[in-house]
Amino acid sequence: MIEVRNVYKEFSGHQVLNDICAEFEPGKTNLTIGQSGSGKTVLLKCIAGLHAVSSGDILYDNRSFAAMNDKQRKAIRKEMGMVFQGGALFDSNTVEENVMFPLEMFTKMSYEERRDRANFCLKRVNILNANDKYPAEISGGMQKRVAIARAIALNPKYLYCDEPNSGLDPVTSIVIDNLIKEITIEYNITTIVNTHDMNSVMEIGDKIIFIYKGHKKWEGTSAEIFDTGVKELDDFVFASSRMKQLRDLNR
Amino acid sequence: MLKLLFHIGRYFVLMKRVFSRPERWRVFLRQTIREIDSIGVSSIVIVLIISVFMGAVCAIQMAYNLQNPIIPRYLIGLGTRETMLLEFSSTIVALILAGKVGSNIASELGTMRVTEQVDALEMMGVNSASYLILPKITAFVLFIPVLTVFSMAIGIVGGYLASFGTKGLTPHDYVVGITSFFQPFYVTYSLVKSLIFAFIIASVSSYHGYYTNGGALDVGRSSTHAVVYSSIVVLLFNVILTKLML
Ligand SMILES: Nc1ncnc2c1ncn2[C@@H]1O[C@H](COP(=O)(O)OP(=O)(O)OP(=O)(O)O)[C@@H](O)[C@H]1O
Ligand SMILES: [Mg+2]
Repeated sequence: MIEVRNVYKEFSGHQVLNDICAEFEPGKTNLTIGQSGSGKTVLLKCIAGLHAVSSGDILYDNRSFAAMNDKQRKAIRKEMGMVFQGGALFDSNTVEENVMFPLEMFTKMSYEERRDRANFCLKRVNILNANDKYPAEISGGMQKRVAIARAIALNPKYLYCDEPNSGLDPVTSIVIDNLIKEITIEYNITTIVNTHDMNSVMEIGDKIIFIYKGHKKWEGTSAEIFDTGVKELDDFVFASSRMKQLRDLNR
Repeated sequence: MLKLLFHIGRYFVLMKRVFSRPERWRVFLRQTIREIDSIGVSSIVIVLIISVFMGAVCAIQMAYNLQNPIIPRYLIGLGTRETMLLEFSSTIVALILAGKVGSNIASELGTMRVTEQVDALEMMGVNSASYLILPKITAFVLFIPVLTVFSMAIGIVGGYLASFGTKGLTPHDYVVGITSFFQPFYVTYSLVKSLIFAFIIASVSSYHGYYTNGGALDVGRSSTHAVVYSSIVVLLFNVILTKLML
């Protein structure tokens, strides 16, 4: 369980996160939604410990991340998998080497075992016959999927995905969404996904947090999202006139 | 001034992180071999080209300046050799390599930083500074003696080639010159200097690349800084080391 307690984050005077509180439970797919620039990535990086918070606390099973020593931090980081917004694959390694990398660093598996595990993960994200290609040689959507394969290679306890399906076609998007949901339940992972894709929200969101200009404006489930009375959220959800029509039809 | 102190402080903090025990020796070894190839072996050609030309120019200018009946002509060869050994093969080669290797290292690390590859490493619990930078420093420091000795030899050959058809110099005089009064210490001196220069170039450039922030433009800026600052530090240490050793 991850708890975010009164987190503030500023970059040289520019306040990006304002008093964010949230809880994320294992086995649940938690979504953070919000407009571009609202602070989703920064929040996720604070949770992952890549940014130090300006004030407030991030608790992993009631232990404060900031108060941990290097060894404890390292131990917990091995249990995290993260998919960055841009994929962040290692340019100088092939697809297969990228997925094998965490296994090589942190397990005592033999080369064959590592390769098998990598291929298993790649198959789960539907990447076939691209093992020996370099990241620059595959499409953006494929890079995203390889990044997901790399993030799940070590069977993480915590999975963070920063817009895992931006840049993917609707069909592949749903495959990826379902994959995330599936492994979350299967391995009881605490998953946090940043997205602004309403399809994902409806498909996989167990719990949804809406961030507006660095403030948490709303929290709830996908069933509740259409009737919240929060103006900023309505503007976000019903951004297109088509969605507005659907809402009015429903009423 | 305050900014300079900030950079120096952060540089040493980074070096402390770089020099920690590698996570996996096997991975470290593999990365180092990769870097020897990409930093060291790929620099051989440029070192060859500049050394042969500089050796030739050196011999021609010596011949021009020493056209005096009182001065024995073998001094031309001797002078060329000493110039190559003392200064050229360590310092000038280091400056050229600061341009090539320095910008290469800084842009590679800078790109990894802005595309979040460094974050991805940190995220997994890998000490990114050590994983990325230590192999580069090790590879360059290990390989620089090869480049230096190579440059000395090729430079002297360059002078020899120039001795054909240069007024006031014959190949025979040149050969007598380069084989007289050899001081092995000069080679040691040069090698020690080049080891330190290699460390400076690799570490200063890594520092600039590693702390890139922003986007593609900033990668270019870091790589310029890497070249400028590693050249300045190399020249500064050249004076210090020459004072200490000679
Ligand atoms: N390293 C940084 N230094 C300074 N400001 C930053 C930094 N990272 C993010 N910001 C600022 O924080 C704000 C929120 O950025 P963030 O990347 O979290 O947005 P986001 O919600 O992820 O948007 P998107 O959906 O476009 O990815 C932006 O205004 C951005 O300028
Ligand atoms: Mg983002």
